Amino acid sequence: MHLKLASGRSALAAMLAAGIGAAAAGLACAPAMAQGGVKVGELNSYSRFAAFAVPYRNGMQLAQEEINAKGGVSGGKLEIIFRDDGATPSDAVRVAEELLTRENVAFLAGTFLSNVGLAVADFANQKRTLFIATEPLTDAITMAAGNRYTFRIRPSTYMQTKMLVEAVKGKGVKKWAIVAPNYEYGQSAAANFRKLIKAATPDAEIVGEQFPALGKIDAGATVAALENLKPDGIFNVLFGADLTTFVREGNTRGLFEKRIVASLLTGEPEYLLPLGEEVPEGWIVTGYPWDQISEPAHKAFVDAYRAKFNDTPRLGSFLGYTVGYMMRDLIAKAGSTDTEKLLATLQDFKFASLAGPLTIRALDHQSTMGAWVGETTRAGKVGSMKNWQYEDGAKYLVPEAEVRAARKE
Amino acid sequence: MPDVSFLFLQALNGLASASSLFLIAAGLTIVFGVTRIVNFAHGSFYMLGAYFGVTLIPRLLEASSTFPAFLVGVLAAAVAVGAIGVAMELVLLRRIYAVPELFQLLATFGVVLAVEDLVLKIWGPLDLLGPRAPGLRGAVDILGHRFPAYELFLIGVGPLVLALLWLIMYRTRFGVLVRAATQDREMVGALGVNQALLFTGTLFLGALLAGLAGALQTPKLAANPNMDISVIAEAFVVTVVGGMGSVSGAFVAAVLIAELQAFGILIFPKITLVLVFLLMALVLVVRPWGLMGRPEAGPARARLPEGIVRLERLSRAGTVALVPLGLLLTSLPLLGDGYTIKLVIEVLCFALAAFSLNFLIGVGGIVSFGHAAYFGLGAYAAGLMVTRLGVAMEPALIAAPVVAGLGAALFGFFVVRLSGIYLAMLTLAFAQIVYAVAFQWVELTGGDNGVVGVWPSRWAAGRASYYYLVLAVSAIIIVLLRRGIYAPFGYTLRAARDSSPRADAIGIDVRAHRWLAFAVAGAAAGLAGGLFAFAKGSIDPTLISIPMSIDFLVMTLLGGVETIAGPLVGAAAFHSIRDVLMPLTDHWRLLLGLAIIAIVLAMPRGLVGGALVLRARLGGGRGALKARAQLGRGAGP
Repeated sequence: MHLKLASGRSALAAMLAAGIGAAAAGLACAPAMAQGGVKVGELNSYSRFAAFAVPYRNGMQLAQEEINAKGGVSGGKLEIIFRDDGATPSDAVRVAEELLTRENVAFLAGTFLSNVGLAVADFANQKRTLFIATEPLTDAITMAAGNRYTFRIRPSTYMQTKMLVEAVKGKGVKKWAIVAPNYEYGQSAAANFRKLIKAATPDAEIVGEQFPALGKIDAGATVAALENLKPDGIFNVLFGADLTTFVREGNTRGLFEKRIVASLLTGEPEYLLPLGEEVPEGWIVTGYPWDQISEPAHKAFVDAYRAKFNDTPRLGSFLGYTVGYMMRDLIAKAGSTDTEKLLATLQDFKFASLAGPLTIRALDHQSTMGAWVGETTRAGKVGSMKNWQYEDGAKYLVPEAEVRAARKE
Repeated sequence: MPDVSFLFLQALNGLASASSLFLIAAGLTIVFGVTRIVNFAHGSFYMLGAYFGVTLIPRLLEASSTFPAFLVGVLAAAVAVGAIGVAMELVLLRRIYAVPELFQLLATFGVVLAVEDLVLKIWGPLDLLGPRAPGLRGAVDILGHRFPAYELFLIGVGPLVLALLWLIMYRTRFGVLVRAATQDREMVGALGVNQALLFTGTLFLGALLAGLAGALQTPKLAANPNMDISVIAEAFVVTVVGGMGSVSGAFVAAVLIAELQAFGILIFPKITLVLVFLLMALVLVVRPWGLMGRPEAGPARARLPEGIVRLERLSRAGTVALVPLGLLLTSLPLLGDGYTIKLVIEVLCFALAAFSLNFLIGVGGIVSFGHAAYFGLGAYAAGLMVTRLGVAMEPALIAAPVVAGLGAALFGFFVVRLSGIYLAMLTLAFAQIVYAVAFQWVELTGGDNGVVGVWPSRWAAGRASYYYLVLAVSAIIIVLLRRGIYAPFGYTLRAARDSSPRADAIGIDVRAHRWLAFAVAGAAAGLAGGLFAFAKGSIDPTLISIPMSIDFLVMTLLGGVETIAGPLVGAAAFHSIRDVLMPLTDHWRLLLGLAIIAIVLAMPRGLVGGALVLRARLGGGRGALKARAQLGRGAGP
């Protein structure tokens, strides 16, 4: 019997080969240095959440192109290395490590999901590297889980919920029902709403809540359960496929008739586009009326974006574009990519954006980027926003005392 | 107090969801019944049905905005998906019927990954909502509530399809063969039935039903690239609760689950995550073959063993080969850069977890679909002790396998009473329950955000030091587990795997041995999870999620369940391939899926199994034939 079936021998040989291969791959990849210029690592869920992340990357690439055409940064080009974060914390942390050790990036930016953002933030803290959390909305990233190295650009769940509460508080709604996806974003939006609506209108009450599983809403049963509560107003946190299903079901059953609906993010083109002719009339939403913003700089951005990508910009495009320029300004002002210099520069850092000048509050590392608050409307088969105005994020930041109580530093 | 008319309406809502669930589950249950394939791609068929639907139906409605045109669109989408099912059977599955059934699962998983990215490439990332069905656009007034007319139609479709399936099953020759094969496949083959044709037909019917379910959803639910994942777990739950292979069982289960869901959310709005799995666990504990399933005919007969069949001592050449591998691994911090070390740390954690999984699959014949539960329990135990209790890394790493082992012992008590697919689904149910607890007990676990700040003690904080720690611990545990396989304990487990009645007859306490094995494997996975948590610095529910369990399964299968070293090679290969592909393109899932399919086709017994066959072939002569014979199913010991 000269065959050693199921024994360790040849199996071990195979393992050995695999191991040598891995090591060789490791040795072959000597760190690539950017000559002049700056290398930045950007990780996001380009594959799993392509509807958001690809327009975001487009916006950032557009900014990158413009910046490099205009002379780049610190004597060379701004180079952004884009990597898929796998949409899980463990993949993202590995990708972040790769960006730091193999690509030698000056700092990290990106992430979409909150748990991924938090894991990368903690990784940055451990590695003493700057991390610009562009998209994650979770309050924790600038509050309890905030750290010295992490800065967030988009308005948080708290800020956007507060904008909606301000927008609806004069509407005389007494009985609210909440519907939110059953995960952190949904739960914390619901908790913020409960707290803020009570503070804004003391006689308001929450008559009931529904928490369908993310991506698996049982729309008929959920709509019927909400209707049975007979609320005057509905606070909605659903988005994506759950939202389209929920809205069509609600439209058919008349759930939204004679009711005020306040809805997070629904005015963003990412979520408005798939709704098509189901777009409900008059929901009070946060969003991005890209087609109606008349500032010349914004118009130029929209034109350049449409010309380059043959597509209309999404909120993600706006965000990516903004962050692209913010990174250039940050590096230029710091005059170095040394992490400590970057961190020092970021304290109350002021930078320009298409929505006006923004600041990063030193206290919690939250930018004052705001959101457009208005009402949904529909023209033919396309939804958009009306009666909107840009709400400056500075007015909606978490009160300083609450930040101090939450942040552990 | 809700009024009666509302309760009635909610019951109708439940029935409408039940119809959709039933259509998906019916196809799955028929395919499983006949082919015994755990078809993960069934969710992809459903998704393709929806995408074909949103593409075809609007075109047809443009020509004629009538309900028949809508129906034609739905049926065309369903038939197209059926054709894809046939293609999958002909191109992929047919080539691998001769290898252990589990490898077919691996192939279908490759299809899932590929289809997911293809859909993204073809239809783009935006959700696509289909048009409303003409004639059923509005609502009907029922007891003062508005109820969508289309959902009334759906309520009718479920029983209609059930009736049609009944006619097929009881009034056609094809149906007779399907039922016969479901009951006893070997007997059907022995009677000279053309199995190839039967399998192709079954795949067509199954895929068609999934496509029908998807296309019928388009007026309700936007086609989106994640709908395959969101539906497949529930589809399995319905089929298992109903009894695998039982169409009417699937119907009963679908109604039961949908109604529970409809009324459950009125009382516990947050129960949405776990309800169906709680029900499945309960049903399987009470009725091990589902509500209307039957015990498999298999155990009565001697089964062909699947898993590790022969054990060979490590030869001298093998020992010699170990030396350079050991040298390479121990000198890695000198050779590789920081990232390579990080990557190998992860490979080692996964290798330990996969090895412990194959301790169950390859040795015990216990196919766990929920091994991530124990990996996750270990990670959470270690992570929470460090962050919440301020305990140091060392005791936390001891606690990880203890907690995971206890968890495995608790769940294993119920699990080892079952066998086959029911056992696998019960492990999945328990994993989902653990997942839901980690997800929803926000105060303790941090919910889906997880907990950050899980870093090693100072002495092990350096990359190289932590690497050596992981290397030492995982190597020791793997050697110990291997020792267990070679010990009488391992032989006993294999005896119980191959013939539980015979093992029982010679005085082996089968259940106790399997239970102990489950706890031991759980503890080892928990240790791997603890090591992994400290390597990552954070814990979160994705460590316990279904995709994680599937990853472990894929690693084990990729390497080969019939060999000792298979899972180790599989873990290294899977993680390396993923790491190489991810930075290359957004469509890395497509490439990963194709890579898996290619490996399955080229080496249907996994990498190590394939390497053995290849070597034997190169060796030529009698040896080669012997090797193939021994690996083939035809050769019992």
